[in-house]
Amino acid sequence: MSAKRFFGLGLPNVDTSDLKGKLIVIEGSDGSGRSTQIGILSDWLERIGYPTLTVGLKRSTLVGEELDRAKQGNIMSPITHCLFYATDFADQLENRIIPALRSGFIVLADRYIYTLMAREIVRGTNPEWTKDVYGIALVPDAVFYLQVPPKVLAERTLRKNLVLDYWESGMDIRHSGDMYDCFIKYQSRIQQTFNAMQSIYGFQIINGNRLQRTITNELEAKIGEILRTMPPPAAASAASPELAKETK
Amino acid sequence: MIPHKQSVKDTPGKLIAVEGLDGSGKSTQIYLVKRWLELEGYKVAFTEWNSSVLVKEATKKGKKRKLLTPTTFSLIHCTDFADRYERQILPLMRAGYIVLADRFMFTAFARDGVRGCDPAWLRKLYSFVLQPDITFFFKVPVETAVGRILSGRPELKYHEAGLDLGLSTDPEESFKIFQGRIYEEYLKMAKEFSFTMVDGSESPNVQQEKLRKIIAKKIDLPKYKWRDRK
Repeated sequence: MSAKRFFGLGLPNVDTSDLKGKLIVIEGSDGSGRSTQIGILSDWLERIGYPTLTVGLKRSTLVGEELDRAKQGNIMSPITHCLFYATDFADQLENRIIPALRSGFIVLADRYIYTLMAREIVRGTNPEWTKDVYGIALVPDAVFYLQVPPKVLAERTLRKNLVLDYWESGMDIRHSGDMYDCFIKYQSRIQQTFNAMQSIYGFQIINGNRLQRTITNELEAKIGEILRTMPPPAAASAASPELAKETK
Repeated sequence: MIPHKQSVKDTPGKLIAVEGLDGSGKSTQIYLVKRWLELEGYKVAFTEWNSSVLVKEATKKGKKRKLLTPTTFSLIHCTDFADRYERQILPLMRAGYIVLADRFMFTAFARDGVRGCDPAWLRKLYSFVLQPDITFFFKVPVETAVGRILSGRPELKYHEAGLDLGLSTDPEESFKIFQGRIYEEYLKMAKEFSFTMVDGSESPNVQQEKLRKIIAKKIDLPKYKWRDRK
């Protein structure tokens, strides 16, 4: 079991040596199947006996709702946008993620700082600065990036919501007046940024343009390997044969 | 270390900040500076700490329900500042105003530093901000400043008194220790950020006279006159 560490200067007064759990991040745009996979993985982990916590963006008690409201008004400038999200992230990190890891939970993060950094970089914020701000974040045990071509993302989003989201289309940057064009351009730039980050942060790129079950199998196999470095869960006798079988 | 400023275009405006403990007299002095400049017909604007509409409610809730840690306390105040900075301070600077700020990022460096945030991280967090042209620091003995606050106000708020630091369970006692530590942090910064020290125990009109002299010397004031006035 390797000790957790922070990306940068870390959090004041937080000891990372006793964080027994695992932090697993799934990244991907809206429509990449990210949240669906998180739901399936959470069920799977609990079925085989691992206490699991799901966290995601804009879900903090402190500013989750306020951030949602601020986004409705479209009045946030880039640095403010970044810091508002950083506040939301820090609140969840300190009050949910770290306590859960300390208790030996598997924490599934439905997006993490990579999405936040990619969005800010695409909006022209200095990458070094965003990296410094997120120096408070814990380095995850694994990061899976679900990659889906922008055109497919658009198809899927429209099938689900019938409209494209303002921010996910980068309408605040406004490459053009055509929302579909904006969406494709913005999502392509996000993907380029993720690809550039891949070598630095070592995420695993998962082809998200396949059958849901195929992707789940791949993720379960990879997560199974991480779980093997942990002591077996409480219901070990019942769970381990199944885990062993499923992770083969 | 100050990356964003390179991307900022021409900022003909001037920025004057006042810093110091609560009760040091800085707000009175900056108000008088504002009155002087506007009555003389200069392009002047005033901005104060912790006032962005966007974030205010969340900050209030966080404080009331004691949800804040040193890190989130710092980030939420920085968000508030950034909102004001991007939508107000920077446009004013671009438009050639004299901007007067009652507290600036040094307040965050001092308070958050006392709360345990890493000073290097704090400086990086605020690295998108232009340095003021003049930062006046109002130096008064901690006991004097604390005494002014305690005599004028019946009850101290939880974070204001620094009760989250667990220095003392008595709000007044906690406030005194907290202010003392903030004062130490300020003094440590004085050189790093070239504070102009003001003796806050002098009578207000004497202080004001000195401030005006320094401002007139450091800033080419005629450049900032409204041209459509006499």
